[in-house]
Amino acid sequence: MTAYVLRRVLSIIPVLLAIAAVTFLLMHAMPGSPCGRDKPLTPPACANLKAAYGLDQPLWQQFGFYLVNLAQGDLGVSSHYGERPVREVLADGFRVSATLGGLALAVSVTAGVGLGVVSALRRNTAVDYLTTGFTTIAASVPSFILGMLLLVLFVGKLHWLPTGGWGSPKEAIMPVLALSALPTAYIARVTRASMLETLGQDYVRTARAKGLNERVVVLRHMLRNALLPVLNVIGPVAAALVTGSFIVEHLFSVPGIGRAYFESIAPRDYAMIMATTLLYAVAVVVANLVVDVVAALFDPRVRRSTYG
Amino acid sequence: MAEVIAHATPAYATEPPRVEGPRHTALRKLVRNRPAVVGMVVIGVFGLLALLAPWVDRYDPSAWQGAGTWKGPSADFWLGTDDGGRDMYSRLVHGARISLTVGVLSQVIAVAIGLTVGLSAGVGGRWLDSLLMRLTDVAYAFPDLLMLIVLVTIMGSSMTMVVLAIGFVSWTTIARVVRTQALALRDEEFVLAARALGASRWQIARRHLLPNVLAPVIVTATFGVPAAIFAEAALVYIGVGLAGPSWGRIILESFDASHPEHAVIPCAVVALTMLSFTLIGDGLRDALDPRSSTRRALPKAEQARVRRDTPPGEERLAA
Repeated sequence: MTAYVLRRVLSIIPVLLAIAAVTFLLMHAMPGSPCGRDKPLTPPACANLKAAYGLDQPLWQQFGFYLVNLAQGDLGVSSHYGERPVREVLADGFRVSATLGGLALAVSVTAGVGLGVVSALRRNTAVDYLTTGFTTIAASVPSFILGMLLLVLFVGKLHWLPTGGWGSPKEAIMPVLALSALPTAYIARVTRASMLETLGQDYVRTARAKGLNERVVVLRHMLRNALLPVLNVIGPVAAALVTGSFIVEHLFSVPGIGRAYFESIAPRDYAMIMATTLLYAVAVVVANLVVDVVAALFDPRVRRSTYG
Repeated sequence: MAEVIAHATPAYATEPPRVEGPRHTALRKLVRNRPAVVGMVVIGVFGLLALLAPWVDRYDPSAWQGAGTWKGPSADFWLGTDDGGRDMYSRLVHGARISLTVGVLSQVIAVAIGLTVGLSAGVGGRWLDSLLMRLTDVAYAFPDLLMLIVLVTIMGSSMTMVVLAIGFVSWTTIARVVRTQALALRDEEFVLAARALGASRWQIARRHLLPNVLAPVIVTATFGVPAAIFAEAALVYIGVGLAGPSWGRIILESFDASHPEHAVIPCAVVALTMLSFTLIGDGLRDALDPRSSTRRALPKAEQARVRRDTPPGEERLAA
């Protein structure tokens, strides 16, 4: 087990290095530079600026320096966010995005597993059809359309909620709803399918035959076994939610990491682009790793799987 | 693949029992799936409107019609007009042309890349497998949106480039599904038999693995179409999308704080399209029976990985 985990952790390093290199090349391949886009600068000022950020050196050297600094925990200075260290900008944004994403994750896991279990237990009844109908629709409406419809309804028609912003619980309602609809639907669909598979299992019949009450059968015998595939879904969903959605954050003026990412691309804030890309990649890779390790704890066959 | 006998032969039948191939069985299952049929009808109608856009539109989709902005539905303007006084119906019809093309063609690209990578990893031996899968890991963990923005910024946002770029960020799921399938099939008797007869790796991949991995690939690609339409909309949202009236552009331009109700119709059209693709995807998944293909000889967590990799599709690009 330890060997498996170690192997997986070590396999992350080349992936992240490759992502760092690709990001670095890609963002320098984009036309445009940090100086002179929205603030026309004289050539000497531009040259000074480039020298200050080390942009006058050869690319491979810049990349080398970046990696050395990265290893020491220094992510550089943002050229767009008023010379602030990228680490600070990221930390501020991450706090907001992680709170928002965490709330959305809590909502989607609770609602998703709940709906999935209920519709599996009441399969082929009105409750099941209603839930399936809801999850099918929620799974196919993109977050920005849902967000806009929420705005139309709650702000435009009912005047119940503020248009956007961040700080009060009221401001969190719409972004959480917009973010959690799709994962809720997705988790509910997987939970339902997975619960249905356990229904006919021998151990469930045995548990019932032992005279256990229904609650224990459902929670301890069925749900526990049904949760592994659900867990596999939750991993990537958690990674995506916690790192922030740029569209939802932009739509509801939430000062999170998604918006910071989005805003740093146009002014070619290289340090910010690098850091946010890496953060996103780390989140995805770590979430998958956690899921795989937990899966390996459940199922010893995975440890011997060729993948990984 | 084994032939499947469709129905028990009725006692009065004099003709030999009807035997139908797996494709027929799948097709029959699909047309019996009511939600999937509804989805196909909706996509069929939208597809037809898209194809015939220049003939079924009522006005120039991009021109001011002289009736004022933000008009409600009327006999002249079936679905009203937008912020530029343009006819919403004509815009949506032309939008269907653009968005459905982006959705379908980008998935064709994704399938081509995904099949190539997945099959090569599946039959290519340990070294190639691990190289290609690391490459897939990198592409998977890389933020799609950044890749899209960069590709479109460098190459320009023409239809070709947008289709290529979206295809280029959408292949990882297909590659993983194909590889997992190929590995599971590699030790099946029919593959061993082919190898014993001297078939090359390429022949095995093409003749024996490809037909057997197609089902989950088609399902994944079906879920990928709405994701691609969504990705194009996201590009418009950022300001690097297609210039023409794609559905994404129509929605974003019809969204106005003082006339919020005008966003409802285009939102509904796009949501209906995405819903239809989801229903078709669900129907295809059931019809092509994942139990006999996707889950063959896989440990539970690996099955789950396959399932994880065949999502409704959107949540990665949503991030």
